[in-house]
Amino acid sequence: MIKSELIEKLSAENPHLFQRDIENIVNAILGEVGDALARGDRVELRGFGAFSIKNRPPRTGRNPRTGEQVAVAEKYVPQFKAGKEIRERLNK
Amino acid sequence: MANRTVTRADLAEAVYQSVGLSRTESAELVERVLDLICDALVEGDNVKLSSFGSFQVRAKNERIGRNPKTGEEVPIFPRQVLVFKPSNVLKTKINKSMVGAGK
Repeated sequence: MIKSELIEKLSAENPHLFQRDIENIVNAILGEVGDALARGDRVELRGFGAFSIKNRPPRTGRNPRTGEQVAVAEKYVPQFKAGKEIRERLNK
Repeated sequence: MANRTVTRADLAEAVYQSVGLSRTESAELVERVLDLICDALVEGDNVKLSSFGSFQVRAKNERIGRNPKTGEEVPIFPRQVLVFKPSNVLKTKINKSMVGAGK
């Protein structure tokens, strides 16, 4: 399922809303999750899962082909941990 | 930097602010979005949300685990796990605001 298919399903359930509005709603939700992570916040959605960010400190990496040392800058990576309810549903 | 935890209520508020819907309806829509994503995943479908990321269901094989406290061997049964792969857009957005922001 891709975003546009999700929007179509929501549109079918909400005939009183314009598809344009549904699109804005989905983008508002995803945007809010992204903004929260960009602020360093955690996003916890019970039953679904939790998003958080993890720091990766700077390190010296190596080009595996040439063996040459390269500096890898500090970075942050988003993480997701699936919630209990969905984990159970996936394994039924 | 007081990091907070963002919940469904905050997502509903974001919906409420972006479209002229009632708070109740905004909250219901947040729930439906999450439910539809879950349903697709449970049916074995991957969910790709452009500029956000994708959720994939992966099958894990059985393996032998160990209770770290007792050293006892326990079988870990084959199971389905959910993985999230963030899009480059999301990764870039997070790094832009976090790196060098003194966090």
